[in-house]
Amino acid sequence: MRDRSPDLRIHDFQEVDPGLNGQEAIAEAMLCLQCKKPLCVDGCPVGIDIPGFIAQVAEGNFLAAYEIIRSENMLPAICGRVCPQEVQCEGACVLANKGSPVAIGALERFVADRAREETDPKPPALAEQTGKRVAVVGSGPAGVTAAAELVRRGHSVTIFESLHEAGGVLIYGIPEFRLPKEVVRAEIEGVKDLGVTVHLNHLAGRSITPEELLGHDAVFLAMGAGLPHFMGIDGENLNGVYSANEFLTRVNLMHADRFPESDTPVMQGRRVAVVGGGNVAMDAARVARRLGAEAALIYRRREEDMPARKAETEHAKEEGVRFITCANPVKIYGEQSVTGIECLRMDLQGTDESGRPVPRPVEGSNFVVDADLCIIAIGQSPNPLLARMIPGLRLGKRGTVLVDDDGRTSIPHVFAGGDISTGAATVITAMGSAKVAAVAIDRMLMEQG
Amino acid sequence: MYRIKEKKELADGIYECWIEAPHISRHARAGQFLVLRIDDSGERIPLTISGVDGDDVRVIYMAVGKTTHYLASLGEGDLIRDVAGPLGTPATIRDYGTCVVIGGGVGIACTPIIAKELREAGNRVIGIIGARNAGLLICEDEMRDVCDELFVCTDDGSSGYHGFPAGLLKRELEALSIDAVWIIGPAIMMKITSEVTRPYGVKTFVSLNPIMVDGTGMCGSCRVTVGGETKFACVDGPEFDAHQVDFDELMRRQRIYLDQEKEALALYQNHECRCMGDRKHA
Ligand SMILES: Cc1cc2nc3c(=O)[nH]c(=O)nc-3n(C[C@H](O)[C@H](O)[C@H](O)COP(=O)(O)OP(=O)(O)OC[C@H]3O[C@@H](n4cnc5c(N)ncnc54)[C@H](O)[C@@H]3O)c2cc1C
Ligand SMILES: Cc1cc2nc3c(=O)[nH]c(=O)nc-3n(C[C@H](O)[C@H](O)[C@H](O)COP(=O)(O)OP(=O)(O)OC[C@H]3O[C@@H](n4cnc5c(N)ncnc54)[C@H](O)[C@@H]3O)c2cc1C
Ligand code: SF4
Ligand code: SF4
Ligand code: FES
Repeated sequence: MRDRSPDLRIHDFQEVDPGLNGQEAIAEAMLCLQCKKPLCVDGCPVGIDIPGFIAQVAEGNFLAAYEIIRSENMLPAICGRVCPQEVQCEGACVLANKGSPVAIGALERFVADRAREETDPKPPALAEQTGKRVAVVGSGPAGVTAAAELVRRGHSVTIFESLHEAGGVLIYGIPEFRLPKEVVRAEIEGVKDLGVTVHLNHLAGRSITPEELLGHDAVFLAMGAGLPHFMGIDGENLNGVYSANEFLTRVNLMHADRFPESDTPVMQGRRVAVVGGGNVAMDAARVARRLGAEAALIYRRREEDMPARKAETEHAKEEGVRFITCANPVKIYGEQSVTGIECLRMDLQGTDESGRPVPRPVEGSNFVVDADLCIIAIGQSPNPLLARMIPGLRLGKRGTVLVDDDGRTSIPHVFAGGDISTGAATVITAMGSAKVAAVAIDRMLMEQG
Repeated sequence: MYRIKEKKELADGIYECWIEAPHISRHARAGQFLVLRIDDSGERIPLTISGVDGDDVRVIYMAVGKTTHYLASLGEGDLIRDVAGPLGTPATIRDYGTCVVIGGGVGIACTPIIAKELREAGNRVIGIIGARNAGLLICEDEMRDVCDELFVCTDDGSSGYHGFPAGLLKRELEALSIDAVWIIGPAIMMKITSEVTRPYGVKTFVSLNPIMVDGTGMCGSCRVTVGGETKFACVDGPEFDAHQVDFDELMRRQRIYLDQEKEALALYQNHECRCMGDRKHA
């Protein structure tokens, strides 16, 4: 709404959007028509009572609004910031066809931030202990959501996380200027306060064997889609070629922007080329800008076909990221380190099953983009390590763990949700699938008596 | 937090450290490693698991840069923020017949655990350990215990055979029928030594040490080319078929952060002199 100016923000990692103040929030909330059949709710994968919480905001009852949101969503300060609202709640809002939906995401964020900063929200009531043990693998939004839902229902829940900090992509992938880590930590603390045990530094499959894992009464797999894709072109292993995961992890999780105060280094590029057009590519390019580089984005299709959240492409452009569209890399040049990227122009013809145009290389259209760093952000697949170690677990073609509508895998007491079962998607779809699975796990555990 | 149970200097600048980490010790196998991060601003660095005793795991490391120097300054009772593992695919241990296990420099640290498992799997195990000079030799007694035969060499002849492990290996290959060879050490040593077995067509394994971040297959920092294909050393390895490895690429990628590493070490040593001088030199 009132973003900090691009000239200012490309010099730091502070949040781009400072958020609404109380008056603005109330004014925005008054715009809601309080529909009898609220379409916005259908657009939210976790089914928040949107008109309900907005009515409380309009009255100035921010804590009551928070309680309403939190009964469906344990991570509202996160979702308010990173959900692609334009295709979800806000996209479905009746006011959207008039071009100005209620700013549901901003309101959700406001309510959650206010609750965190000014009050001491009491943890939701827990059910009686059932004595059932559930193992959750991965502490991204899917794992954390399932854990919260299950512990609330009285089960004893342990999360195994391989990294040294909980949060998955929220911690290592999405940069501070879009999602402050303090916000992520606070919301995850809220879940831990419910009584969830988190074992960090535990790689399931190695620190804990598949047999030990399957020895729990139920297992929820939420390993995410963290395996970075490379293009398979010449020069890809040159010094100066990063996966977006590595580049972002070095900066977000390991704080390489603060080297040498922080021990982890990152290569400082002067001209950085990022390949891709999703949220991950935007984040990488914008981080590169903040480290002082010029940044260009190389994308196969047109700008309007980019899968990133709209706000992120806008922000990237404001921050001076150059878009090179309808182009695809074919070779990376360099002796020791990257010096340039050869690309081919792409011609767009017809549409594929996702409705987007199909890019075809134009022969002889080769051109070179000068760069000393190349960051590849063309997608990620499900983390294969553990899934392949569990005998009898059925996997899909792209390495996803196959599940039914309840999130149940081919093994009766093993469930899965989030990016490991859908392939790389969004925070809120990961949370939605985790909630569905948690309900099914609870039902199964209670039926067993 | 993970407690240091025991720590000592094995040779000039080479240290042994036992860390209490039951989640690692329970399932650790030869050839696997751990990743540790000393404190909140620390780097994640991989170190081979060189021994296991109850809840404790051992690492043996050479102080080369900031993190390893810092680790060397810690002692019994000190705490390490994070230790993750065991990581990587275990060594391919089975009954081959006669095996040679070679360690060079600090790489010797990784050999006793491999030699021991190979012996237990029924192999006759010949050990070869080499260092620049006698003062830098480590784990000699331990290797003698777990090998059927052990040969020692030094670059300057101050202990054992005067020369590189490659020389001893060639001698063994000519004298005996050898079924498999492990070579662990600096990349250049692994490259040269594995060339010795190539003409004999003997199965040869090396344990690669590219720069890592997560150590779980999520970043691709550790990618290496093996048989023309890109592999992630932290999950597909670190052990690979030596004759398929692109060592030149590995060595190039190990140098990515050379300038920053120098800067970090200088800053640390400067700082350490000022703040910890008393403790260190007392
Ligand atoms: C850079 C970037 C930007 C993004 N931006 C947005 C955005 O703006 N909006 C949006 O909605 N979505 C965004 N996404 C996508 C979104 O973050 C993911 O869809 C979501 O995080 C998936 O949640 P998850 O819980 O399934 O997995 P993850 O968040 O990936 O978490 C999985 C966790 O499991 C751990 N793990 C994996 N294997 C093991 C194992 N064997 N043992 C123990 N732990 C294990 C991992 O370390 C990780 O912590 C973005 C993704 C990236 C990478
Ligand atoms: C699987 C594996 C097992 C290893 N086992 C041992 C061992 O048992 N004993 C031992 O002494 N060393 C081992 N190493 C090497 C050890 O990780 C590095 O010496 C250490 O990271 C150096 O950190 P530093 O900050 O002290 O030095 P720096 O000054 O940062 O670096 C010195 C050199 O170490 C290498 N290095 C730096 N950072 C990393 C990193 N994050 N990951 C890997 N290498 C890096 C680089 O080639 C660099 O030039 C292993 C490496 C790998 C990949
Ligand atoms: S959780 Fe996401 S989709 Fe649901 S209401 Fe909030 S911002 Fe919209
Ligand atoms: S659809 Fe829009 S106007 Fe209607 S209740 Fe939802 S937010 Fe309010
Ligand atoms: S160290 Fe990150 S993938 Fe191997």
